Amino acid sequence: MKRFCLLRYVLLFAVLLLAGCNNNEQASLPGVEESLTPEYGDTFIEASIGDASVLLPVLASDSASSSINSMLYNGLVRYNKDLVIEGELAESWEISPDNLSIVFKLRKNVKWHDGEPFTSADVKFNYELYVDPKTPTAYAESFRQVTRVEAPDPYTFIAYYDKPYAPALISWGMPIHPKHLLEGQDVTKSPLARNPVGTGPYTLVEWQAGEKIVLESNPDYFEGQPYIKRVVYRIIPDQATQFLELQTGSLDFMGLSPLQYDRQTDTPAFRRLYNKYRYLAFGYTYLGYNLRRPLFQDKRVRQALSFAINKQEIIDGVLLGYGVAATGPYKPDTWVYNPDVPRYDYNPDKARALLAEAGWEDSDGDGILDKDGQKFSFAIVTNQGNDLRSKTGEIIQRRFKEIGVDVKLRIIEWATFLKEFINPGNFDATILGWTGGPEPDSYNVWHSSKTGPQQLNFIGFKNAEVDLALEKGRRVFDLQQRKAFYDKFQEVLAEEQPYTFLYISEALPAVSKRFRGVEAAPAGIRYNFNQWFVPKSEQKYTR
Amino acid sequence: MLQYLAKRLLLLIPLLIGITLISFVVIHLAPGEPTDIQTQMNPQASAELQDRLRVQYGLDQPLYVQYGRWLSRLVQLDFGESFATDRRPVLDKVLERLPVTILLNVLSIVLILAISVPLGIVSAVKRNSGFDRTTTVLVFTGFAMPSFWLALLMMDWFGVRLGVLPISGLKSLGYEYLNWGGQILDRISHLILPVFISAIGGLAGFSRYMRSNMLEVVRQDYILTARAKGLSERVVIYKHALRNALLPVITILGLSVPGLIGGSVIFETIFAIPGMGKLFYDGVMMRDYPLIMGILVMGAVLTLLGNLLADISYALADPRIRQSGQQEG
Repeated sequence: MKRFCLLRYVLLFAVLLLAGCNNNEQASLPGVEESLTPEYGDTFIEASIGDASVLLPVLASDSASSSINSMLYNGLVRYNKDLVIEGELAESWEISPDNLSIVFKLRKNVKWHDGEPFTSADVKFNYELYVDPKTPTAYAESFRQVTRVEAPDPYTFIAYYDKPYAPALISWGMPIHPKHLLEGQDVTKSPLARNPVGTGPYTLVEWQAGEKIVLESNPDYFEGQPYIKRVVYRIIPDQATQFLELQTGSLDFMGLSPLQYDRQTDTPAFRRLYNKYRYLAFGYTYLGYNLRRPLFQDKRVRQALSFAINKQEIIDGVLLGYGVAATGPYKPDTWVYNPDVPRYDYNPDKARALLAEAGWEDSDGDGILDKDGQKFSFAIVTNQGNDLRSKTGEIIQRRFKEIGVDVKLRIIEWATFLKEFINPGNFDATILGWTGGPEPDSYNVWHSSKTGPQQLNFIGFKNAEVDLALEKGRRVFDLQQRKAFYDKFQEVLAEEQPYTFLYISEALPAVSKRFRGVEAAPAGIRYNFNQWFVPKSEQKYTR
Repeated sequence: MLQYLAKRLLLLIPLLIGITLISFVVIHLAPGEPTDIQTQMNPQASAELQDRLRVQYGLDQPLYVQYGRWLSRLVQLDFGESFATDRRPVLDKVLERLPVTILLNVLSIVLILAISVPLGIVSAVKRNSGFDRTTTVLVFTGFAMPSFWLALLMMDWFGVRLGVLPISGLKSLGYEYLNWGGQILDRISHLILPVFISAIGGLAGFSRYMRSNMLEVVRQDYILTARAKGLSERVVIYKHALRNALLPVITILGLSVPGLIGGSVIFETIFAIPGMGKLFYDGVMMRDYPLIMGILVMGAVLTLLGNLLADISYALADPRIRQSGQQEG
């Protein structure tokens, strides 16, 4: 289920993705301590930047659809609050000693929203659906690792692999679709896209295009009916408007921007209505160097550029301090994070020294370094529409100038950016971000086999040690053993600096105080949404 | 007159085909394809997926084949299916957004006319007076002010501080539970800010236009005659001058017909109104060719019809044009 997508809407994804917590700021009375008995009722209203497109998880790739789908559907497994895998539709599972098969025991009391029972035939059908070449899905890759599947009885499902595949178990966290409504049909034309039938805690009751989506709790949900009766997604494309709506109390949840969190919500009125939370989001922003360019082929040059960037200054200036410096592709509060890698704290002298060592000197005295008559001058490209990235670029530009490196910043519309710059490898350096999840496998971004056109290792990073670590890392199940491979991977990346890892930002959600049971955990705050409730006396929407 | 109309209508066809051809080519010249955006930066999406999508969308064909296919569906009034992941028919997507867009635009034009016509007349009659100068400054301030900024200020003031108007959207959450009177009030209260904001930028143009027309007309000999006859100033202005000064406004109204289905992205984004502007903008960003072309065609048809309508109503309103038309025909 590990899924990378470009971090385009930093705030949105930060809220949507499961994310770990390192801090939690609650103004007063955390609801949990009141020890109230949960009560049913009320409506939870949140805003979404965009409308959902399709409520069939196999086809959906936008974050709005994904977050609604997660309320409507279930997978076999999921991450719990501590990011440990637990059963969802599967009651239990067993991985064979050779790590080549997983036997899932399915729950017996699960029904689809239309009343049909959920069985192993549905799971088998889903495997076939995801790997069917006719299905235009972006999630087939992890299911292609499966060699065959079996459904020996209605509540047993077995997946076989020809090589051990460590992300296998969590890959079965992908939502399961109903076989009886989709079998033998063209999934792209299915009416379920707008009238979904899942097994999840909520069902769709209303969808007004571009306006709102209303979900209602499923009384037959196998883990018990959720306490909150209704969930409404209002489509409000503008963050400023969302924030105004929040201030009037008409939204119950919003992911705040650092500016809003820091400067605009510190009022008694706001504190009376909302609790604010903060935790590190999965995903990082980086400056990636195109290693096919001669300019960046010398490791010392890349290290020098990393030394020349003041990460803390970017975090303070762009994120107002709501983030931490990244040292590699993983965030500090995860098991896979390696704290003992070389760090590149701001040190312009060291940067100059490294560049001099690599032969870059200002021989003509114009303030820009040169070597063999070539000036050290390049362009950083990034995509339009992400303010954080363009500001980061400006700060970096200034710091590079101080060590005699001339940088131009180009901001380009997304589709053009991909087509003209990233895909053909037609860029010097780029500021982008990756969002990830608890699964550390980063094969697609860093392996040397993924440097082809349209693949994710678009900077052309090829390193035998990294290749080996990534290949081994996805083939062992034991966490200790896995960690050793990923530690090595992080060490090599830190030494090589193919990216300058810049920062990991924090998710900054605000939740209405009516809602009790909200508890920040490594998985963020939404993991136990079904247990949230509002005491009868405070329920706001009674119909 | 009928002959003239038929001739004009026939001429529209080659014009329309020309417009679609140019739009089609220009859109495909923009770098990036819908399949790039749907499959890129996603490690799970293989290159085959992209190829498969290109075949499904017909993007693997040469451009003239794509255009031919699109045009042949269009003449059967089939705008095709959107390339977005929902793959819904373009017509459905447009139709569900059209009513609110038209409603807002009509209300805004009515408001603009209701304010700027009298404003223009009074400004012309009392030329260079204090009133004239003040309104000039005011309407131009409205024109120059960034509408998104004004919108946010007013949302903050009326929505958050005073709490008298809703901030965004078209209906309140409990709309279904209101009685019909409450529903109408709810609708109206949601429309006040958007209509006001979208009208404010248009006041300057219309009122200045009205003013200069009026000044032009007042200088004419027949006004002098009317005054010489001893008619009251009121009758001279409102009966003789105004009718003539309103003529060019018809042209402008005709030209604003295509504007009725066009929306403003910024404005719709801020007020969270699901209108045409946002639909089109998102379509362009996703390179959703059928959707873009569908909206462009509708816009082009309305522009051409609007022009025609303006010509016809001009002929109806102005006896001089009507007579010369008859002599020719």
